[in-house]
Amino acid sequence: MEQLNAWFTELLSDNAIFTANTLGYYLDGLGSTVRLVFLSLIIGLLLAVPLAIARGSRRKWVKWPVFLYTYVFRGTPLLIQLYLIYYGVVFIEGIQDTFLWAILKDAFYPALIAFTLNTAAYTTEIFHGAIKATPRGEIEAARAYGMSRALMMRRIILPSAFRRALPAYGNEVIFMLHASAIASVVTIMDLTGAARFVYARFYAPFDAFLFVAAIYLCLTFAILFLFRYLEKKLLAHLKPING
Amino acid sequence: MIDLQGYGPRLLEGALVTLEVAVLSLLLALILGLLTASAKLSRHWLFHRIATLYTTLIRGVPDLVLMLLLFFGGQIGVNMFTDWLYYEFDVDIFININEFVAGVVTIGFIFGAYMGETFRGAFLAVESGQIEAGRAYGMSNRLIFRRIQFPQMMRHALPGLGNNWMVLLKTTALVSVIGLSDMVRIAAEATKATHEPFLFMIPVAVVYLLIASVSEWIVARLQKHYNAGFGEADEWNN
Repeated sequence: MEQLNAWFTELLSDNAIFTANTLGYYLDGLGSTVRLVFLSLIIGLLLAVPLAIARGSRRKWVKWPVFLYTYVFRGTPLLIQLYLIYYGVVFIEGIQDTFLWAILKDAFYPALIAFTLNTAAYTTEIFHGAIKATPRGEIEAARAYGMSRALMMRRIILPSAFRRALPAYGNEVIFMLHASAIASVVTIMDLTGAARFVYARFYAPFDAFLFVAAIYLCLTFAILFLFRYLEKKLLAHLKPING
Repeated sequence: MIDLQGYGPRLLEGALVTLEVAVLSLLLALILGLLTASAKLSRHWLFHRIATLYTTLIRGVPDLVLMLLLFFGGQIGVNMFTDWLYYEFDVDIFININEFVAGVVTIGFIFGAYMGETFRGAFLAVESGQIEAGRAYGMSNRLIFRRIQFPQMMRHALPGLGNNWMVLLKTTALVSVIGLSDMVRIAAEATKATHEPFLFMIPVAVVYLLIASVSEWIVARLQKHYNAGFGEADEWNN
């Protein structure tokens, strides 16, 4: 450990830009990015399940609002949504007097709200597509067993739909990681924010941005391999027998 | 004309900038995509490697990071290159990487990678018998590409291209971050000056939705054109 430490210090001592100090910025940035992406994905996922079910409802007044929501959030840039929420929350009447203001005046939470609403819209459409693709036979079999609609949803439709949605959802996770870079625009010190700070300090665009690009690349591959593994585990029953 | 506290005309100009960036980077992306797809399908290992490296790297890094890298680093890189040209060959040129160039080139490069994947899949979907038939007619490779491969490939590629275009359109909003006065940047400036985010951001969002809806219609028309000869058999049978 000590040897490693000595080696690391020596490595850093030759380098004007990547000192322990700047690496600390990148590390904090990594923490911010992961927190932001992870939280928005989890909350977005929880929102998306009921929304996807509502999106497939036969009742127009249930279906249409959800469709409108996904259409607007998927049709406009995330940056606009972020600006709207970041600058917009201030103008909600009386919000500055409530306890919410303590949370909302930090840029992190408006960004979290924007990202969550955005990913929930995409995930809703992914799940909606997966639910729609449920084989008729499975539904008929559930009906033949006398299952109620709720039970059928819980035991038959959703489990198989989640599996079908897995590859598309993996793409959405990577998309969200990349989209989170715009958090730096509203003063959040995420990975990109750290890179911009280091760039501005040393005027070294290649070092600052190539380094952060490499970190993002590693994160992307980590997500990619995680989803490959999950697909292999959860979709094993769909593989050809001798494949 | 809607005035929007005097920002109306500027927002309109911004909308034109957004469209310009989107269309120019789409053209670049299409060219790069076709090149990438043919490199990936070529038998030469070097082309294959380069294309794979390109698509993997580009799709693993956020668009904003690439844009910042090109915008802030591009000028330094280009200057080094032109300096070298000057000292070695006595050629004196100056290339200016402004926000517009950086934006278009970055978005074009990013979506070139995505388009490459779309085109590759679409080329593979064209039956090899079709190409063999073209050869049997004595067509040159170029003629086969133009008359047989391309029109049939487009049928398979269009849904993917349409999706890529929608994502590309939304990505153009990022050029506002590096300082290009597209409609997002002007709306953000107006918001900061007047403290009325909803007044400016919502019209901009509506313009994006409008462009998206119009392009959806155009893609549907194109799809109909390239589907000629397919999917009509059922009508005749009935």
